[in-house]
Amino acid sequence: MPELRYREALNQALREEMERDDRVFIIGEDIGVFQGAFKVTQGLLEAFGDQRVRDTPISENTIVGVGVGAAMTGLRPVVELMTVNFSLLALDQIVNHMAAIPYMFNGQVKVPMVVRMPQGAGHQLGPTHSHCLEALYLHVPGILLAVPSTPADAKGLLKAAIRDDNPVVFIEHESLYGAKGEVPEDADHLVDFGQAAIRREGEDVTIVGISRMAITAQQAAETLADEHDIAAEVIDPRTLRPLDLPTILESVRKTNRCVIVEEGWPHGGVGANLAALIQEQAFDYLDAPIQRVTGADLPMPYSKPLEQLAFPHAEQIVERVRSMV
Amino acid sequence: MADGLDAAREWLQAMLLIRRFEERAGAMYAKNKVGGFLHLAIGEEATIVGAVRAMRDDDYLISTYRSHGHAIARGTDPKRVMAELFGKATGVSGGRGGSMHMFDGERRFMGGYGIVGGNLPLAAGIALSSDYRETDEVTVCVFGDGAANQGTFGETLNLAALWKLPVVFMVTNNQFGMGTALERHTAQTDLHKRGEGFGVPGLRCDGMDVGDTYEVMSEAIERARTDRTPILVEAVTYRFAGHSMADPEEYREKDEVKEWREQHDPIKNFAAKLEDVDLDALDEEIGTRIDAAVEFAEESDFPTPESMQDHLYA
Ligand SMILES: Cc1ncc(C[n+]2csc(CCOP(=O)(O)OP(=O)(O)O)c2C)c(N)n1
Repeated sequence: MPELRYREALNQALREEMERDDRVFIIGEDIGVFQGAFKVTQGLLEAFGDQRVRDTPISENTIVGVGVGAAMTGLRPVVELMTVNFSLLALDQIVNHMAAIPYMFNGQVKVPMVVRMPQGAGHQLGPTHSHCLEALYLHVPGILLAVPSTPADAKGLLKAAIRDDNPVVFIEHESLYGAKGEVPEDADHLVDFGQAAIRREGEDVTIVGISRMAITAQQAAETLADEHDIAAEVIDPRTLRPLDLPTILESVRKTNRCVIVEEGWPHGGVGANLAALIQEQAFDYLDAPIQRVTGADLPMPYSKPLEQLAFPHAEQIVERVRSMV
Repeated sequence: MADGLDAAREWLQAMLLIRRFEERAGAMYAKNKVGGFLHLAIGEEATIVGAVRAMRDDDYLISTYRSHGHAIARGTDPKRVMAELFGKATGVSGGRGGSMHMFDGERRFMGGYGIVGGNLPLAAGIALSSDYRETDEVTVCVFGDGAANQGTFGETLNLAALWKLPVVFMVTNNQFGMGTALERHTAQTDLHKRGEGFGVPGLRCDGMDVGDTYEVMSEAIERARTDRTPILVEAVTYRFAGHSMADPEEYREKDEVKEWREQHDPIKNFAAKLEDVDLDALDEEIGTRIDAAVEFAEESDFPTPESMQDHLYA
């Protein structure tokens, strides 16, 4: 299998789906002439022309709303928002329209579209450009939510998202765009929504990592194995809605311990939700309270030393696991 | 007109200080001393200085993520601006904000904001507060041509006109929103006309000419102050550098940039109009100030881990 970077895998998914289905078009700020703030859409304007690769004004709410209207009438838009923080300007169209329309019109109309955007800290971009807001979108019924952590998943999940008849919020991680991995060449390589990946098997503790934290959790698991003789099982849910709870529960019933790692804020976070689900359904199997490792409960500071303290690293996961095993 | 000549010299000095600051900030970014995104305003110095010099000390200024120049023109010590870029505790935002989020309350510089279009409603609120407190302060709100396409533009202009708020909306038309040229993102490219439908009168100035910018902004600020009306001023300028330091600039012709740099440099052209200016001497003096700013930033401490939660709540 060829090795691709995460951004190249996404580019390949867009390219292949646009070739396969001429209802698919992409729309967003600086995705065409500029070729994407993170270069995910590189070369697509040249390949598909400006009817299908549409540069927009800086108008997030309207861009998403235009996507919703187009999707309601038979097209399959893929909207790019430059950063998850900017999607907050589009929350009305995402929550009140994109997510609600199929339900509130009793299924008479579908909204088959994807809103792609990156998130994440580590680049010193301060409080308006660095957050991880998957919890916010997890909160909203009516949308599907994907958080790919590897190039292969990025491709397979994006292709599945574009083919899905539901609206999908597709959150990439800025720190992963350059990450390399093997990616199936198959133009029908799909990763189904609702199927977690077990990245590493182990008996002593289950670590669930969200988005980039799935990668960080694997690094922690290596250290735990090499230096502390602890076998961690690492699970990457890949999609948060639908969530593959059975795979997570099965793992927790085996290991009897669980740590959930996310980069987002702790209160009302993905981990808070998941911990509640696990204790509802696997309480009797737990030998220790479920632990969460999260981003700091703060707007992201710019200054490098503070920013590094404000999101989880492998060492913290290692420490947390050691404190409970 | 001795007074006028002194003012002109001061404008020149302010523009040159901003230019050299920006150049050095770029160099520090290349050395990894500065992180994040760094948006330079090289080429836009006349727009910045002309506008800020038309303001009174008790007027408010609010800007975007491209705001080192606004802070410096308002009188913030370049040392503290550079320290912010370095992420140091001595920076204008204590290292929490970085290049995109400068603030100097003492000088009524109400901040730079990383969300395009996010500052317009804040400006209306600041102007509302001036009215409420029965003062005659004016708010100057600076934003880009790209920002004029956010919903906040229409919403804020309407509200400000409705409530007769003393705010000058200054659109810095540098002709690009990131990599998208004005005519590719805006239907009405005469941006000063875009307030008409809201009842907000528009003026245009040559943003490459500090004198013209000063005059037009003075008129706008005066009208906002006395007539209690919002005004939209379009300053036509050009950004000589990329959108940010990370921009390969594939979306515009090198020749176009070259022509603007050579023909319309606001500093060179303005200096040429003044008699008896020794640019080299001025430059040397400014160089020393910038060296001191870098040294200060370098030697300052990072914020401590213990301070991380400070100011989250009052
Ligand atoms: C809400 C939002 N959307 C997108 C961005 C990304 N972005 C940063 S600057 C910029 C271009 C802004 O152009 P303009 O307003 O003309 O200001 P200029 O850069 O020319 O000073 C974009 C799209 C952002 N920061 N905020």
